Amino acid sequence: MSAIVIEGYYAGLKSKADHKLLPLKEKPVIWVGTATCGKAAGAIEVREAFKKEIKSRGLDAEVMEVGCMGHCYAEPLTVISKPGFPPLCYGHVDEGLVKRLVEDFLVNDDPCYEYAMVALEPNDIFPTLTDFPRGAYEEKIILEDCGFIDPEDIDHYIAREGYAALAKVLTMKPEEVLEEIKASNLRGRGGAGFPAGIKWEACRKSPGSEKYVIVNADEGDPGAFMDRSILESNPHLVIEGLIISAYTIGSSRGYFYVRSEYPQAIRRLETALEQAREKGLLGNSIMGSDFNFDIEIFRGSGAFVCGEGTALINSMEGKMGIPEHRPPRLAESGFRGKPTLLNNVKTFAYVPAIIRKGADWFKSTGTSKSPGTAVFSLVGKVGNSGLVEVPMGTTLRQLVYDVGEGIPGEKKFKAVQIGGPSGGCLPESALDVPIDFDSLHEAGAIMGSGGLVILDEDDCMVAIARYFLEFTQKESCGKCTFCRLGTKHMLDILTRITKGQEEDLASLDILRELAEDIEAGSLCNLGKTAPNPVLTTIRYFLDEYKEHIVNKRCPALMCTDLIAFYIAPEKCSKLCNACVGSCPTEAVYTREDGLKAINQDKCVKCNNCLKACPTEYSAVIKLSPPELVVEKEREQK
Amino acid sequence: MQGVTKRHYVIISKGDVFVLKPSENEKEIIIEHVAEILGGWRADRENLIPILQDVQDRLGYLPGVAMEKIATAMDIPAVDVFGLATFYNQFRLNPPGDHQFKVCMGTACYMVGGNIAMDSFKRRLSIGEGDTTPDRKFSLERVVCVGCCSIAPVVVVDDMIEGKVTPTRVDGILLAFEDKHQKKDDNKGNQGQEGV
Repeated sequence: MSAIVIEGYYAGLKSKADHKLLPLKEKPVIWVGTATCGKAAGAIEVREAFKKEIKSRGLDAEVMEVGCMGHCYAEPLTVISKPGFPPLCYGHVDEGLVKRLVEDFLVNDDPCYEYAMVALEPNDIFPTLTDFPRGAYEEKIILEDCGFIDPEDIDHYIAREGYAALAKVLTMKPEEVLEEIKASNLRGRGGAGFPAGIKWEACRKSPGSEKYVIVNADEGDPGAFMDRSILESNPHLVIEGLIISAYTIGSSRGYFYVRSEYPQAIRRLETALEQAREKGLLGNSIMGSDFNFDIEIFRGSGAFVCGEGTALINSMEGKMGIPEHRPPRLAESGFRGKPTLLNNVKTFAYVPAIIRKGADWFKSTGTSKSPGTAVFSLVGKVGNSGLVEVPMGTTLRQLVYDVGEGIPGEKKFKAVQIGGPSGGCLPESALDVPIDFDSLHEAGAIMGSGGLVILDEDDCMVAIARYFLEFTQKESCGKCTFCRLGTKHMLDILTRITKGQEEDLASLDILRELAEDIEAGSLCNLGKTAPNPVLTTIRYFLDEYKEHIVNKRCPALMCTDLIAFYIAPEKCSKLCNACVGSCPTEAVYTREDGLKAINQDKCVKCNNCLKACPTEYSAVIKLSPPELVVEKEREQK
Repeated sequence: MQGVTKRHYVIISKGDVFVLKPSENEKEIIIEHVAEILGGWRADRENLIPILQDVQDRLGYLPGVAMEKIATAMDIPAVDVFGLATFYNQFRLNPPGDHQFKVCMGTACYMVGGNIAMDSFKRRLSIGEGDTTPDRKFSLERVVCVGCCSIAPVVVVDDMIEGKVTPTRVDGILLAFEDKHQKKDDNKGNQGQEGV
């Protein structure tokens, strides 16, 4: 098909989109982030408040919904762009601030700088993102437009060069596209880091005319949410990547495998697909070429193991999501027994930028073996929680202390859990490890899903290892004996340790042995990596395990069976009743002398009294082992 | 408790799975709904999960009669349907309560006391994870990460997300519902009297 037709088609789309968005540059626009995280913090109320205020004042301003900018710690987030001012971002917006902003900024030209967080374009008045450590490290490729475009309007995406890569690809030969992807050395972002180009090539070479391309959006790690965020904030980016892959390998049907726990992502994806069809970007003869392709959505039903390729395929075929032996690889025999290409959401999301700007541009970011960027959801005990995108090769220390702004309060950093249930915990000493597929693997963790949980001195490493193992044990499909029973046995031992019921240090050796066996005896990566959190915590935090076993003590004061709450009489003010009122089980009582005390039999160790006790007293303390309370009480008498 | 009994259904390794048995009247309604949903799909194994999802979307859970009906329609053994329903976390075999509490047990929530919030709900409602109170007013579920890690621990109350949930907040949430129900009941009572 001649290139002129396709280029003309795209130019038409682009000018229409530009034309449609033109009026937005001439009047004030308010962008409210309404991804799931924003909604939870009250973004819908904020949006309605803006609409109401603007309407009641009869202003000519537009309120738009955008996705997630990644600054979860400051939700609900709002960006206001008014001609004559740089676009300004405001965090923690509530209805009071909405009134103020409308009155002062929209009506009277005072941007309320005291409430503004950051400006989004360079200017002489207010600092921009790059003036903060986080912005200096961050380099956005796939999150670039997230939070700045309306995910429910395809023209926003097109106006920002969306589908330009597709137009370019359609004028190229599939082999040329493949060469570009191979040259970029793009590695799969699902966790394992397998080169995407090699996968695509195998699929392209497989015989047969019926082939499938599938986006793996079965994000199962209980602490990662970047795939959801991308689908909610910029669905067309992934759709474009998928269409390009289909053109390259010669497929005419694609699927999104999305968790049904992500209803908003599914809704926005449906809208996006519909709009892409209307624009002739999906369906028959895409952009006037002779390439036909369409996409369907398959809702996954919530099984962690379905992130594994063969299990995912089984699930799509209406069976239980149980992994199969490989080979044959999916590239030879996948969905319906046909050659299938399965890549993660993020992998597809990199494709349009690589095509547009070239493989060399992509390789200029990151390290030589892991080019590009890494996306993490930064959560836990960190100042700036949220989604971040940094170049590969950034160290964990930079990520935790510069991008995340360190540990809040005056707590001490303890560990970073990276890669979710398949990953591991790395201590302070490993913080200078650069983030890339190979270095992390050497340190005992994996890139994995990109979940990054920061733990401080209040977090018990045995408990966190137990938490992840409980998760994988529950999610084990049961096919391999070692995974099914081995994880159960390991979990039993860890549970006994956290409850102070384990007497013998030899149990740690059993844990190690079991871990080896499970790794060797499991078919898929769920089983093979399930012992990782336990192995890394034993490797780096052996003392904590020993304290639990030998002294029945939890050094982090977290394992509820090994701690007791106690009110220090010398600190307690007789005049305050905060702890008594806060107790859900009436365990806290007032003694005859007016001091407060805790009935240990009734106490459920919920932490409420400790939080309720005013900081000037801080009389409620945790003690471990719990027997210390008896001693303390005896001393007093 | 009227007319509703707990029937032991099957034991799998993860513990006891039981269902609240639907009444004859409910059964008829269930079958009608299922027949309607089945009408929109080809009887192809690939469509089994979407069909189960549709049924659950409509009824709130997968009743035994519905699974049997689907198995017959698709011409597969009922155990295949039941197998899927128990394999995937999304499907529930119990009718949900009028109000659903979903306690987030994602990593960030767990580390700051998600399990404490869960325990509080269990204690206050006297039910376990995945169960419904016998009066079908409340049900309790564990979910894995709703993606609101910065306001952990999180509980999803019906469709509203509550952040930084403490045991006292759990008491507050339940109290608010009891209040509402009380008012509703009072209103009903008053109207009834007026009618007489």
